[in-house]
Amino acid sequence: MEKLSVEQLKAKAKLVRRHIVEMTGAAVSGHPGGSLSATEMLVALYFNLMDHNPQDPQWLDRDRLILSKGHACPALYAALAESGYFDPKTLTDFRKLGSPLQGHPDRRKLPGVEASTGSLGQGLSMGIGMALARRLDQKNYYTYVITSDGEMNEGQTWEAAAMAAHHKIDHLIAFLDYNKFQLDDSTKNICDMEPVVEKWKAFRWHTFEIDGHDVKEILHAVEKAKKVKNEPVMIIAHTVKGKGVSFMEHNNAFHGVAPTKDQVQQALKELA
Amino acid sequence: MERKLGKATRDAYGEALLEIARLHSEVVVLDADLSKATKSVIFADKFPERFINVGIQEANLVGVAAGLASCGKIPFISSFASFLVSKGFDQFRMGVAFSELNVNVVGSHGGISVGEDGASQMAIEDIALMTSLPGFLVVVPSDEICTRALTLEAAKYVGPVYIRTGRPKAPIVHKAATDFKLGKGIRLREGKDLTIIANGLEVFEAVEAAERLAEEGISASVIDMHTVKPLDTELILEEAKRTGHVLVAEEHQIWGGLGSAIATFLGKKHPCKMGFVAIQDTFAESGKSDELLEKYGLTYPHIIKAAKKILGR
Repeated sequence: MEKLSVEQLKAKAKLVRRHIVEMTGAAVSGHPGGSLSATEMLVALYFNLMDHNPQDPQWLDRDRLILSKGHACPALYAALAESGYFDPKTLTDFRKLGSPLQGHPDRRKLPGVEASTGSLGQGLSMGIGMALARRLDQKNYYTYVITSDGEMNEGQTWEAAAMAAHHKIDHLIAFLDYNKFQLDDSTKNICDMEPVVEKWKAFRWHTFEIDGHDVKEILHAVEKAKKVKNEPVMIIAHTVKGKGVSFMEHNNAFHGVAPTKDQVQQALKELA
Repeated sequence: MERKLGKATRDAYGEALLEIARLHSEVVVLDADLSKATKSVIFADKFPERFINVGIQEANLVGVAAGLASCGKIPFISSFASFLVSKGFDQFRMGVAFSELNVNVVGSHGGISVGEDGASQMAIEDIALMTSLPGFLVVVPSDEICTRALTLEAAKYVGPVYIRTGRPKAPIVHKAATDFKLGKGIRLREGKDLTIIANGLEVFEAVEAAERLAEEGISASVIDMHTVKPLDTELILEEAKRTGHVLVAEEHQIWGGLGSAIATFLGKKHPCKMGFVAIQDTFAESGKSDELLEKYGLTYPHIIKAAKKILGR
């Protein structure tokens, strides 16, 4: 696929945000907050960083992306549709009976979805498996995982963290969408995982810290990450839950609640 | 039947892996720090580059296997059934079954014949859990011959499979030439009064029971129903119609095992008199394997008693 420039990526991020608002609005359900926080990462990956082919989703040498925080799938579906995996007009079928756009990603139903997710904490393990297969097959693809701050509560995350470092897994690049909220409240109030950067470093992951909404920083971090050998990479991306829509930013009420019709119109105006 | 002890089914599994490795280049084997007990170590010694020990972390083990399978590898993963099934269940559910991935799962130390290590190490609920997952094949081999053949079959089959192996040496009940197919039960004896359907170590006990019942003029079929899911309903129906009395014997909790599966099927298609030899909703304890099977009602005298009860004799 053609690699978009930083300016083009910014425009694409806006388009993806519009889709997220429209999809969750039409479904009258879904998770807009965490989708909006992950938008720039997905846009940078699908429109610049990843080698993939929407015409051949099973291409063996493709880069893989696992959305471990599966509830943010509106952002993933929008990126896949805009990449050409399917018609963006069908995005508003999200969560409707019979649609491949399931409430959480289902690899059996939608080409381009690499892993079925939705039960938190499993994506890193799956990513390690893909990276191990790459090593066994002596291929060059990268496996990307987008995980979340809430998922750091899960024990499996740390099983995966320890094992990946021990087995010197590289070509595995994870993002932590650190939007500082989980379902019930702020991460500070529920199960504070700080110091986060130090934790990943202590688990022997090559760790970067970036602004997760700055496309340039994302591109730069991945460029550096690809040079890392014999270590898994964690890019801690500081983000804002609900980013791009004024009344959703830092507002956890939109974790798992869709905007009303009026709110959809208001949001689309802001994202014009 | 002469009690000729063969290898433990876990040993047969480890040896089968060597054959599989030579037949399928995509096979990889993973374990969670129990390879010396599950016997995946036999593979690890010969094919270290295709073996991954993840450490004591069952959930991650399953997720890693799912990732490998999604890239075309054929993973075989093993640990104790009690830990692998319970701690990896969410990962089996979403990462393997729901994802329809080709992961082969081998839980060793199934049942209470584990012995001295005690109840925390004994899987008595693994079959109930694994059969509840859509798409999973669930297999409980009886002896080394059956284990070897069905492990090879699992490698050929594309889709998730769970195989339970055991710790102690298992009596040999099958002939080397037997043709084993996933989902097809094996009739070891044909009788007219009663059908005993068993799997795992209970197959030998069922044969023992049938021989003694014959001495008392009771003619019993014995079926090795090594595959619990999918169930060989054709064979079960044929037997139930002929004998009208079905007794199920398994080294598993009475809730949710082979007996439940057969009762559900026959209740729908051909209700008949049934009996169940299984663990009666309790955890076991430390002791010798044989002592435990006797105490918890799984040896042939218990099968004979249950058979007579449903026959009204």
